[in-house]
Amino acid sequence: MELKTLTFLVVGATFALYIWIAIRSRAITTSDFYVAGKGIHPVLNGMATGADWMSAASFISMAGLIAFSGYDASAYLMGWTGGYVLLAMLLAPYLRKYGKFTVPEFIGDRFYSNSARMVAIICLITASITYVIGQMKGIGVAFSRFLEVDFATGLFAGMAIVFIYAVFGGMKGITYTQIAQYCVLIFAYTVPAVFISLQLTGNPIPQLGLGSTMADGSGMYLLDKLDLICQDLGFAQYTAQKGSTLDIFLLTMSLMIGTAGLPHVITRFFTVPKVRDARSSAGWALVFIAILYTTAPAVGAMARLNLMETIQTGEIGAAEGNLSYAAAPSWFKNWENTGLLEFEDKNNDGRIQYYGPGIADQAESYGWQGNEMVKVDRDIMVLANPEIAGLPNWVIALVAAGGIAAALSTAAGLLLAISSAISHDLLKGIFMPQIDEKQELLASRIAMAGAIIVAGILGLHPPGFAAQVVALAFGLAASSIFPALMLGIFAKHVNSKGAICGMLAGLGTTLIYIFWFKGWFFIPGTNMAPDNAANWWFGISPGSFGAVGALFNFAVALLVSGLTEDPPEHIQRMVEDIRVPRGADLAADH
Amino acid sequence: MKSASEYWRRNLRLVIACIIVWFVVSFGFGIILVDAMNSMSLGGYKLGFWFAQQGSIYVFVGLIFFYVKKMNQLDREFDVHED
Repeated sequence: MELKTLTFLVVGATFALYIWIAIRSRAITTSDFYVAGKGIHPVLNGMATGADWMSAASFISMAGLIAFSGYDASAYLMGWTGGYVLLAMLLAPYLRKYGKFTVPEFIGDRFYSNSARMVAIICLITASITYVIGQMKGIGVAFSRFLEVDFATGLFAGMAIVFIYAVFGGMKGITYTQIAQYCVLIFAYTVPAVFISLQLTGNPIPQLGLGSTMADGSGMYLLDKLDLICQDLGFAQYTAQKGSTLDIFLLTMSLMIGTAGLPHVITRFFTVPKVRDARSSAGWALVFIAILYTTAPAVGAMARLNLMETIQTGEIGAAEGNLSYAAAPSWFKNWENTGLLEFEDKNNDGRIQYYGPGIADQAESYGWQGNEMVKVDRDIMVLANPEIAGLPNWVIALVAAGGIAAALSTAAGLLLAISSAISHDLLKGIFMPQIDEKQELLASRIAMAGAIIVAGILGLHPPGFAAQVVALAFGLAASSIFPALMLGIFAKHVNSKGAICGMLAGLGTTLIYIFWFKGWFFIPGTNMAPDNAANWWFGISPGSFGAVGALFNFAVALLVSGLTEDPPEHIQRMVEDIRVPRGADLAADH
Repeated sequence: MKSASEYWRRNLRLVIACIIVWFVVSFGFGIILVDAMNSMSLGGYKLGFWFAQQGSIYVFVGLIFFYVKKMNQLDREFDVHED
């Protein structure tokens, strides 16, 4: 069957499944809409958290970044998994004990102040919108390839689908749909990885294949071979460190504490029946996430190897050593159509030269006039990977379905966090306490639609690859929400003034730092300084700054609290109460 | 029932121990000491690279379940467990 038809069939079938589940479990009450009535088993909750968590950034973008950055992309792998350790030990059980719906609600109560709640809402919306922009980039890539249209059209099609699906579901629909999505996306991610690992190393387990010898009889380890090819073609060695240690350290830290501060993930832990389930839910979530995250390094390395060997078919510098454009495989032409892959025949020899700055001198003597792969969008690597490896069409269709599942599930979860912040916390909680449930649901649906439109428009010119945009969102969450939550639980004497000043200091510094280099509100061309290491403060990239912002947040909150009065007696008692599991509201099973 | 402050102190001790392990495998072996670790290897992986892209993740998973087990024991010991 033709690839396009097959892709339509597979994507259509998975969609029908999600929509069927969403309709069957449509939200009835507001409690259902936000947290699925607190009655979900930890293993299932872990699986749904996994789908919620693993977004377009993890599925589509991360392995592509790994493929091109090698070791340096480890920050994403460690950062997006290590945060669960913090979540399980520092936040989840206590927030579940406290037993409310949303993060701003906790911050507002713990710091006995509507202003604190308001600031938390601003932090939440800023981080979540940035995150959705990253998802929109991924959705645009997936849809443009799958519909064979340009990126912008793909993005608009994706926006429409996300809208229909998030607005009608609500959390309960989303929870069960997300379990289905997890199954689809993990299957779609691992199947091609297993095939490619078998092809290259003869070992079906990608995690082991990456550390094995090549199956081509050379006896060389795969990673050694990759290092060698990278070097021969003038790129940095794959396993070598390229960025500064400080920047990699801070990026990892920022992603970790951002994970523990992202509202759509935290909300998940409000939905388990008991405090001890909140702890183990984080563990189960990480198990399901780790399956993809330990496969990703193999996907990245093998995709890079296959890409380079596809283009550099023979000896470097030999007349016939490079792939001729006329003979380029169909995936090459298909991706060119989306505008995400660009080739320019600089020396008019009809062949493709793909090389790095390390061999510029030799290249000239071969008659090469520059790297001709002028644009290789990192975000296409995972989707293109099975085609590059020559896998059967059904695998390629499956990967498209998986990528779309990943992007949809996370976008829906985030939109829910944004809409509940606006309808539940902002309207019902602060400005219009008199509205009834029905009006609240309506407001949350309008808020969702608004968020999709804003994110979609900003997603047309994203400030980076999907995973990098998402990293910015994590920095914002890390610098604002995580410290407030942690201090709220672990430092009894931190008061409302301290928390508010801390959150504003953390969010403010991080946001300004990001906008300074990425453009105000990510509008291209409005940045104050070029976005490169020479201009960065101590070489800290905007994506890594969240960890520094968090440090400011902690310092300011503790300092201001130390100089002002202690929180009232009943707040201190409340903090003592959330520290012990017994007495949590029993979860209602709907 | 034993004192709440003793329960909290034991809880913090457990958390701090886990956080130290968390830090050592990721930031330690995977980032700060990566060059030194890379002089050793595990199959075709350089060891520092393995910790950064594989090993730390396995340790994280183990760490959470270790913590869950210990905390559940602690909850019972201090009689603050649920039902």
